[in-house]
Amino acid sequence: MKKLLMGNEAIAYGALEAGVQVVTGYPGTPSSEIFTTLASLAKERGFYAEWSVNEKVALEVAAGAAYAGARAMVTMKQVGLNVAADPLMTLAYIGVKGGLVLAVADDPGPHSSQNEQDTRKFAQFAKLPVLDPADPREAKEMAREAFRLSEELGLPVILRPTTRTCHVCQDVEVVDKTLPSRGHTGFQKGPEWVIFPSLAAQRHIWLNQQQEKAREMLETSPFNTVSPGTGRQGIIAGGVAYHYVKEALALLGLNLPVLKIGTPYPLPVNLVLRFLDQLDRVLVVEEQEPVLEDQLIKLVWQHRRPLVVKGKYNHLVPREGELDTDKVKGILAKFLRIDLPPEEAMSQPPLPVRPPVLCAGCPHRASFYVFKQAAAGSDAIFTGDIGCYTLGNMAPLHAVDTCLCMGASITIGSGLQLAEKERRVIAFLGDSTFFHTGLPGLINAVHNGSKITVVVLDNRTTAMTGHQSHPGLNRNAAGEPVQPLDIAKLAEACGVPLVKVVDPLDYQAALAAAREALEFNGVSLVVMRKECVALVKERKAPRTIDAAKCIHCGLCIEELGCPAISRGEQGPVIGATCTGCDLCRQICPCEAITEGGVIR
Amino acid sequence: MRLDIVIAGVGGQGNVLASRILARAAMEVGLPVRTSEVIGMAQREGAVMSQVRMGAGDYSALIPNGQADVLLGLELAETVRAVTKLKKGAVVIANSATIYPVSVSLGFSSYHPEQLTAFLKERTDSLYLFDATSLANQAGTYKATNMVMLGALSVLDLLPYSADHLRAVMEDVIPPRLREMNLTAFALGRQAVGGA
Repeated sequence: MKKLLMGNEAIAYGALEAGVQVVTGYPGTPSSEIFTTLASLAKERGFYAEWSVNEKVALEVAAGAAYAGARAMVTMKQVGLNVAADPLMTLAYIGVKGGLVLAVADDPGPHSSQNEQDTRKFAQFAKLPVLDPADPREAKEMAREAFRLSEELGLPVILRPTTRTCHVCQDVEVVDKTLPSRGHTGFQKGPEWVIFPSLAAQRHIWLNQQQEKAREMLETSPFNTVSPGTGRQGIIAGGVAYHYVKEALALLGLNLPVLKIGTPYPLPVNLVLRFLDQLDRVLVVEEQEPVLEDQLIKLVWQHRRPLVVKGKYNHLVPREGELDTDKVKGILAKFLRIDLPPEEAMSQPPLPVRPPVLCAGCPHRASFYVFKQAAAGSDAIFTGDIGCYTLGNMAPLHAVDTCLCMGASITIGSGLQLAEKERRVIAFLGDSTFFHTGLPGLINAVHNGSKITVVVLDNRTTAMTGHQSHPGLNRNAAGEPVQPLDIAKLAEACGVPLVKVVDPLDYQAALAAAREALEFNGVSLVVMRKECVALVKERKAPRTIDAAKCIHCGLCIEELGCPAISRGEQGPVIGATCTGCDLCRQICPCEAITEGGVIR
Repeated sequence: MRLDIVIAGVGGQGNVLASRILARAAMEVGLPVRTSEVIGMAQREGAVMSQVRMGAGDYSALIPNGQADVLLGLELAETVRAVTKLKKGAVVIANSATIYPVSVSLGFSSYHPEQLTAFLKERTDSLYLFDATSLANQAGTYKATNMVMLGALSVLDLLPYSADHLRAVMEDVIPPRLREMNLTAFALGRQAVGGA
């Protein structure tokens, strides 16, 4: 049957069709829905799915299952692979018995990532095959095929979709039924599972040989296709760029031969050489790093082909950001030396800038505001982390001064405090991030006598990526009841001498807790506990502003930056998106804000 | 048959749901379809754009500039932002209601509805501009603005399927307790552009 599937959902269905038995992962845009789709089906289809604490943990759990011959998938975003890099690099030497597929989503742009690293490069570095889907249909086929490839090679295989495969939908043919259980061979003890240096030396030779075997297998892969065309100029396109090339050619009225590469590493060199036979000039169109282009240049040199290769090295194809059909059209025109008619310039009237902001009623807004008030007059540094709350950086809160990677709020804070002994350092991180990589930093801060205040923004979910579970909750990924880990007790057990738990929307109590934490000489930790507003089922009536009492001080607008409050002709107005969080009422100096709106 | 639709709005307005309904309806009449959406919690209140491509075969889900046949604008400024996507003669169905971003309240940028409305009237060939948010409120919630817009689109004889088919897919997608409200919004959208 056909379903309208997002690329991430399609990958999940591909894994299902491959009979996946164990699925692990850590959420991260644009990858998260691969796992959530699988988790929603795990119970009825009889396989196991867990949100792991972080990507390293996820990969190791999946690898353990694959050691015993089970088929396993692990999902993450590109930067998650950095966290999982330690097991990955050696797992390539050890190898797997059951198919192990890493679905690692890249985010050129970037749309919602801290960098634009290219997982195809990582695959080359780890010496693992990587598949690069152009659209959801292909993503599903690749997910299924990746398990077979993994088992034939005895190696983990990386499936690397980008945002424009993950988050686009397509009509996809799926086998929507429970497949017979695969069973597994079981774990057999032997020296091959213990990576002593002597074993590493042997396995490195084997791993290098597997590169050639993988290339041979990929020479006939259906994911690499030639669209015939005319002339002695051609295009090699990788992943999503293929579709941009096809449409750009159509818009230009051209019919050039195109080689689509879905298996960027190892490159199917014989297929590429055959394609090059008919050409004098070739353009390589791929996003991010010149992975295909580098391999092509090497190939052309090794085979002494008198061929002109164009792409990133002569600045025709950008190395940064995303491509699209419009950009590729311009690139093709330059490559072919065609003059395009000048774009009709459209002078738009000035438009308001509209970046994403913390939601109306978001408890993080209150947490930031409280700590800004508590630290007012001091030169405190607010270190931040990865989550919705990174938006606390923006006006008017300005409460995130640093953001590097998952878990770095506490550790960067500890380091800053070493050099800035007179300044207070306040580290903000979310509940899920705390478990992910925050905890080692906290232990480090206690052990090494850091003087920082840690604020755990505990909104009872992993919000930014779509509300996934984490170890602090009483439900796991499959929705089963589990024993929650208490962040405050964990902090106490780690030796944090001052631990407070408070509701950030109880303004006075939260302010008192914040002040106490800031006055403490040592590591202090405040858990700001309030459920994410998007998960709150019971709607409170919007607040209203009594125009007779309002003194137009602007505090509610200028201090909070709440999207539900805007400037009206008679002073500030609270709109229908207000969730009644009550923060503005509590800070209004003239008690002009009251309950009494109507729930819509 | 080919049809490229852009849906522009503000994160949280139900942009994704609208594009999924349009796409599923196309799939069910046998057309190849692709959509692209901005996904994720942290897009709330940000500028978002969905794209639906029916019958586009081997092309990407992203509509090139100057190629869209239809623009559904869920918010006035976001409609203007998406005009570069339109081809000559494209149909624009736009909500005249505004959502003022925090940047405007804080004085970092400005919002001039009259200027934007004038621009739309001058620069589009076929414009249906009405207050869809009021109609949604009339149906029961401002959150049904997306369904008002789908209702309006279903009148204009542009889609490769009937209004009844679109409505049926919508009913199937919407949770039962919200169905009545969304059907009313859909009907009010139809009336807004002269449909029954």
